[in-house]
Amino acid sequence: MTADGPVAVGSMRDVVQQSDVIVCCGSGGVGKTTTAAIIGMDAARLGRSVVVVTIDPAKRLADALGLSMGLSSAPQRIGGVGVDMGAGGEMWAMMLDTAATFDGLVRIYADDEQQIDRILSNRFYRNMAGAMSGTQEYMAAETLHALHNDNRFDLVVVDTPPSRNALDFLDAPGVLSRFLDHRVFKLAMLPTRSGLKVFGSAAQPFFKAIGRVVGSDVLADSMAFFQAFSGMETGFRERADDVVALLRAERTNFVVVASPRHDTITEAVWLAQQLGDQGVGVAAAIINRVQPSFGVIDVPTGVEVPGASRDVVSALWKNLGELQQIRRAELEALEPLVALIEPAPIALLPLLDGDIHDLDSLDQVAQHLFLERNRC
Amino acid sequence: MPPVCENPLRSLTAANVVVVAGKGGVGKTTVTAVIARAAARSGNRVLVIELDGKPALDKLLPDHDGEELAVVHLSAPDALEEYLNDHGFRRIAKRLNRTGVIDMVGTAAPGIDDVVVLGKVKHYEKSTEYDLIVVDGPAAGHAVTFLMSATGLADAVRGGPVRSQADDVLELLAEPERCMTVLVTLPETTPVNETIETAYALEDDVGIRLGPVVVNGVDQGTELPKVGEVETALQAADLGDAVTDMLRDAAAFRRSRRSMERKAIDRLAVGLPLDQVQIRALPVAGLDADDIDALADELLVKSGS
Repeated sequence: MTADGPVAVGSMRDVVQQSDVIVCCGSGGVGKTTTAAIIGMDAARLGRSVVVVTIDPAKRLADALGLSMGLSSAPQRIGGVGVDMGAGGEMWAMMLDTAATFDGLVRIYADDEQQIDRILSNRFYRNMAGAMSGTQEYMAAETLHALHNDNRFDLVVVDTPPSRNALDFLDAPGVLSRFLDHRVFKLAMLPTRSGLKVFGSAAQPFFKAIGRVVGSDVLADSMAFFQAFSGMETGFRERADDVVALLRAERTNFVVVASPRHDTITEAVWLAQQLGDQGVGVAAAIINRVQPSFGVIDVPTGVEVPGASRDVVSALWKNLGELQQIRRAELEALEPLVALIEPAPIALLPLLDGDIHDLDSLDQVAQHLFLERNRC
Repeated sequence: MPPVCENPLRSLTAANVVVVAGKGGVGKTTVTAVIARAAARSGNRVLVIELDGKPALDKLLPDHDGEELAVVHLSAPDALEEYLNDHGFRRIAKRLNRTGVIDMVGTAAPGIDDVVVLGKVKHYEKSTEYDLIVVDGPAAGHAVTFLMSATGLADAVRGGPVRSQADDVLELLAEPERCMTVLVTLPETTPVNETIETAYALEDDVGIRLGPVVVNGVDQGTELPKVGEVETALQAADLGDAVTDMLRDAAAFRRSRRSMERKAIDRLAVGLPLDQVQIRALPVAGLDADDIDALADELLVKSGS
């Protein structure tokens, strides 16, 4: 698949070196945020100025990055605590603030302060900026676009929101601009005789039905929003087109993240196929929390062990056997993804013997990112 | 030592509706399936409700003779569409783009789709066709948002069918005999921290009853020898450097993982005064129907049946 797509096949390091934007995608709970942080660390070490945007970071990760106050929505520089950044390399991190990003767009495209106020204080708008499906994805893409044009950074790494459909990220800008440009919206714009009470005849049954279900207050809020938003659709649509173009740019690369379990691998395979169908392609796959290998020797039978030690040694063999069994099952689970995305690079990051709680433990995992096919 | 349930199955099924909740990747679906299977095996008529995401529970819970266990799949957008069609949108939806209408209503009244889904759950509960309803929580794991949907909607909407739907849902959530939440976590620091936070948020903001916490994927595999005995035994066995290193490293790794798990489980007990039910890790990369049956049987044994 990848061989036909626009992505040049190379090593994981090529992906980090040759991207302007890296998007980490995959189902929830597979370690997308940690992966994004590791990629960012490595890029900084290669001398790049990288900013990592995370969506919903666990406090632990902020701690691991040395940000005791947590992540903020403005990029913060990560100090090289115990980790050498390369010559000129910098690592920054920030958290996505969906509502504030949306507010920022409104400020750009509104005509005057009054329009800004009318929109920002509207309840329908607040719902949309905060919770509408697709908004978070769109604002992640929008933030990515803004950071890409910020000359402090030459690489943006972003993890995608835990959406019901991971591809929403690619579609979101279009979906939202279509929503704002929708016929419903046009209907609301039809001239009315007395404020919000009487709509054009085409719209009437529709708004009556909405009013019946959600109540007239809620309906009035939505109408007020669409009226206040009037005139901004074109600006929003053009911006969305730019964002989509960036997501599809040659130096934007998608990295699929998964854990070594059948369900998340199935999800990753599906995602990789969808991205392929969209002509985007997957530049690499990263599998998190793989049971480590302790060597490749199979448990021998019939080894003579002196009596006193027999129970202890056989317990040790049994332990090794169990861990190897898990690893074999995990590697087998990976096969469909490997078969699909080969020859693109696949990195297996090991399960650690403790938590990831500081830059050192992040670094410990990062060491494995660039081993060639560390698959034994 | 964390508090352990005397009869875990009874504690896990102590309400008509059990909403299983937890972050992505902690094994919510596994736990849903194990509870449902164990309850069905002890003679209950069980309905499993799967929300959004990819259907997985049909496969994990195939029909067994003599057990009454049904699986239904509810999708929030579909449920909302159906609801709107029943309330006079069918005609209009034909002329307007369907998704646009649904997006607009969903945005005007956020949470309406979740309330419609919970309304359906309530409907099943009222039917008394089932002794137990187990809900595999929302895919994104936003248990609080999902269960808060009715409160938010009741605040925003003053009257009409949505309001009465929201009120019915609030009533269901507030009655401890009718509804409770079972939180699922892994024995690791970050999931445990998030579980504690979620539990308090659910208690404060939703007021729903909290059942026992399920700690999923606890390593209960082979017992490791005492640290002090390992070196002596390895030297006496004289297996060569490579093999000796492998055995030593594997044991040290597992010991360290287990100690981390124990600490996380203890932290959970300190942070959250709820009973705990542990489900062991299996040496596989994803569970199948047989694994679910085996874990359900273990739960039944622990529950004294």
